[in-house]
Amino acid sequence: MTVTASSPEVIAEPSLLREGIAAFARNRVALVGLAFIVVLVVVALFIPWISHHDPYRVALDEQFLPPSLTYWLGTDNFGRDVLTRILYGARISLLVGTLPSLISLVIGAALGILSGYVGGKTDAIIMRLADMMIAFPSLLLAMVVMYTLGANLLNIFIALALVGWASVARVVRSETLALKGKEFIEAARANGTSRLTTMVKHIFPNVIPTLIVLFSLSIPDAIMWESSLSFLGVGVQPPEASWGLLVAKGKEYLLQAPIVAIAPGIAILLTVLAFNFIGDGLRDALDPSMKD
Amino acid sequence: MLMFVVRRLLASIPVLIGITAILFVMLNVVPGDPVALMMKEHASPDVIARVRAQMHLDDPIIVRYFSFLWNALQGNMGISIKLNRPVTNLIAGAFPNTLMLAAAAALVSWVIGIPAGIISAVRRDTVVDHLFMGFSLVGVSMPIFWSALLFQYVFAMQLKWLPVAGFYGPKYLILPAIVLGWSSAGVIARLTRSSLLEVMRHDYIRTARAKGLREGLVITRHALKNAMIPVVTIMAIQVASLLSGAVITEAIFGIPGVGRISVDAIQSRDMPLLQGSVLFATVLVILGNLVADILYSVLDPRIRSQMRKGGAS
Amino acid sequence: MAQHNETVLSVSDLRTEFHGGRGHIRAVDGVSFDVGRGRIVGIVGESGSGKSMTALSIMGLVPKPAGKVTAQSIMLDGTELTSLGADGLRRVRGRDMAMVFQEPMTSLNPVRKVWEQVGEPLAIHKGMNSRQIRARVLEMFELVGIPEPKARLDAYPHELSGGLRQRAMIAMGLICEPKLLIADEPTTALDVTTQAQILRLMLELRDRVGTSIIMITHDLGIIAEMCDEVNVMYAGQIVEQGNVFDLFDRPSHPYTRGLLASIPKTTEKRTDGRMPSIPGMVPNLERLPPGCRFNPRCGDVMAICHEAEPPLGEVGGGHLARCWLHSRKADGPAPAAGAVL
Repeated sequence: MTVTASSPEVIAEPSLLREGIAAFARNRVALVGLAFIVVLVVVALFIPWISHHDPYRVALDEQFLPPSLTYWLGTDNFGRDVLTRILYGARISLLVGTLPSLISLVIGAALGILSGYVGGKTDAIIMRLADMMIAFPSLLLAMVVMYTLGANLLNIFIALALVGWASVARVVRSETLALKGKEFIEAARANGTSRLTTMVKHIFPNVIPTLIVLFSLSIPDAIMWESSLSFLGVGVQPPEASWGLLVAKGKEYLLQAPIVAIAPGIAILLTVLAFNFIGDGLRDALDPSMKD
Repeated sequence: MLMFVVRRLLASIPVLIGITAILFVMLNVVPGDPVALMMKEHASPDVIARVRAQMHLDDPIIVRYFSFLWNALQGNMGISIKLNRPVTNLIAGAFPNTLMLAAAAALVSWVIGIPAGIISAVRRDTVVDHLFMGFSLVGVSMPIFWSALLFQYVFAMQLKWLPVAGFYGPKYLILPAIVLGWSSAGVIARLTRSSLLEVMRHDYIRTARAKGLREGLVITRHALKNAMIPVVTIMAIQVASLLSGAVITEAIFGIPGVGRISVDAIQSRDMPLLQGSVLFATVLVILGNLVADILYSVLDPRIRSQMRKGGAS
Repeated sequence: MAQHNETVLSVSDLRTEFHGGRGHIRAVDGVSFDVGRGRIVGIVGESGSGKSMTALSIMGLVPKPAGKVTAQSIMLDGTELTSLGADGLRRVRGRDMAMVFQEPMTSLNPVRKVWEQVGEPLAIHKGMNSRQIRARVLEMFELVGIPEPKARLDAYPHELSGGLRQRAMIAMGLICEPKLLIADEPTTALDVTTQAQILRLMLELRDRVGTSIIMITHDLGIIAEMCDEVNVMYAGQIVEQGNVFDLFDRPSHPYTRGLLASIPKTTEKRTDGRMPSIPGMVPNLERLPPGCRFNPRCGDVMAICHEAEPPLGEVGGGHLARCWLHSRKADGPAPAAGAVL
């Protein structure tokens, strides 16, 4: 019996990145989050040109004005426009949300890859350290660090980075362990590639999608911690205003002018929600196996 | 089983020492003289020197750490600089309040979170699912201090259903417990949902259906027990996040608990008090993790077998 | 035409469709076959041929929102399954017909004891209490040859080996004494020795208890050993149907012939050093070729094969094949066979 050959269909493999972006773009909720953040960033950057109100002035004769056309959200106890204060606060909160996350991402990734790839004693020590950090209440830890270092903006970065690196490290480590068993790593080693090069050139690029997801999901946590710290008085100090501090100040006037305390909280809620949308969208797009 | 518990306890000791050592070092290398900062206006250099000697502040740090641990084991954690009372007494007095608050909050989070998660999973992708998960996400995204203020304003100040602050009876715990439990509920709901969905994908669920079991029983008899395993272990680790949340909740609602003490200690730079409460928090967290491990093994017979064979860790 | 009480299962024109994200898939496309009392009927095919889906469709286990199952008739020992609602079908499941799955490792609930699970059909369908169930499960364990059955009752699944687990699954399937047992690749996940034991067990059970069995597999060896009748499936359709001797002696569909030819035989010597196989790949069910679904890979393909789907034609004495080689077009002479491209 003669058998004929037939040409099997050739399927082109789209790159993970392009597919990921496409999947993300299909997620309407994530796009809404992205849009919100973009608008917020733009407004926060250009606020001095957008709003003519001065966030630092004091005009006691204009205390606690209700919302009006001039003062969209009314004024606070010093007669300052609440909305302007919130938008200036956005700068700090966004900054403190993203920068420490980035730092903890770098530290966590480095230690996670190291721990997972090298294994042995290094792994044991790093993971013990990480487990301790994760187990301990984050806010308390951050508070202790702020107490030790003093309360200013730079120290907040340090405190939050310290609190956040451990969970990044754990996830990256398990990804590294999974990758370690794959053939292309063995092949690289068989070729005589050094351990460091293997980690940097082979393992690291493959954990980047996870890192992106982790990054976007750790920003909301950082924003929450910073605002909590500032609320308690051990975070950002006046006259700088982050959202947490605004709420703390407004708390004293809760009965007279609730907007002053409530509004900055809404800002936090919306921003954290937006970042959560983005993070969830990225996770679903880049790594469907992490989905429910 | 007993061996397992003992083994885990022993394994926890290095962790305890590790965490407390790090924290102790952090708290004690504060630049600037803590005593001078404490006493500010009143103190002359002689008084400061005397107090420092009294507190052994000039000994090497390792000595100080171990003497602190040693004393703590005997129940002596120093004297609060600000309040001039033994730290141990202060914490012992405050702890029950925090415990009540945390327990009530945990209860709230389970009662709301678990059913919500189960319903969401069973009615996946329906309006109910989206609604519940939406609420959970919002709950998780709300900073506790803000929801506390909001609830306080609406329910206490405006509607006057509940007291604003203070702690003179169980009624005073209701609002704080709801606030604290609310964000935990979101986490538990999401976890329950994803865990149940994951379990429903397993082959043994198909087997159960193949036997002709009613769908409701498939879920309760086969799926739930498996699905609850990760959820229950999270519950025990909730201790850490509840403590963090308690700090803020107690501050806003004026509940005299350990969280409130910690905040006061930080704000007045009362180092012994802060030290004591941090040590205390560490012990609680470790206990919580231990309970989580035990619960996990009770629920999953596979772990129990491993334990019997030689102890997984 | 077999008499009503000699046919345990009669499936007529079973179709299962999925509306996926991008297309419309007919995983089971017009399948019809009968299972006689006490007979073992095999369904053989590659992955994606629709053999498992056929079983799931009969059992009513196709995931609901995604898949739609229709049939002209599915008659189980006198009961018309298509006229039962979901609840009615559920009552039949596990009691009158049961299924054994491929993966014994994962098909049992890890957190429940084995006796509870194996005995669960009795609780569902016969309302027995725990004591009665335990006794019956013990009997079944002895029947399926589980050593130390009393001790195993309280075991958890992870404490049993793969072979024991599969025996337990078979016990679970037979515990309500169903007329029909559907076994979906029951031995694929087991090692060769255990495979042989399980197959032998199934033959014994058929002889002793008289259960009819549908054996789903991709392994022609198992078909040869176990089955009385065979259905060969390809791309959702039955392409050859007949008793096992006819199939192996006179394979009539080119696909069947290809399958048989690709079994390595120790008695043959190949001089060109290559293993025969059927060229090409199983078609994508969303984009089927026009005409006969096998035409891209068929060595005997003719012009008509690209134009129209062949019906199941008689090869002789109840042996059917879905191929233009064995059917005549209504308006023309029999097509010439053996065209070469």
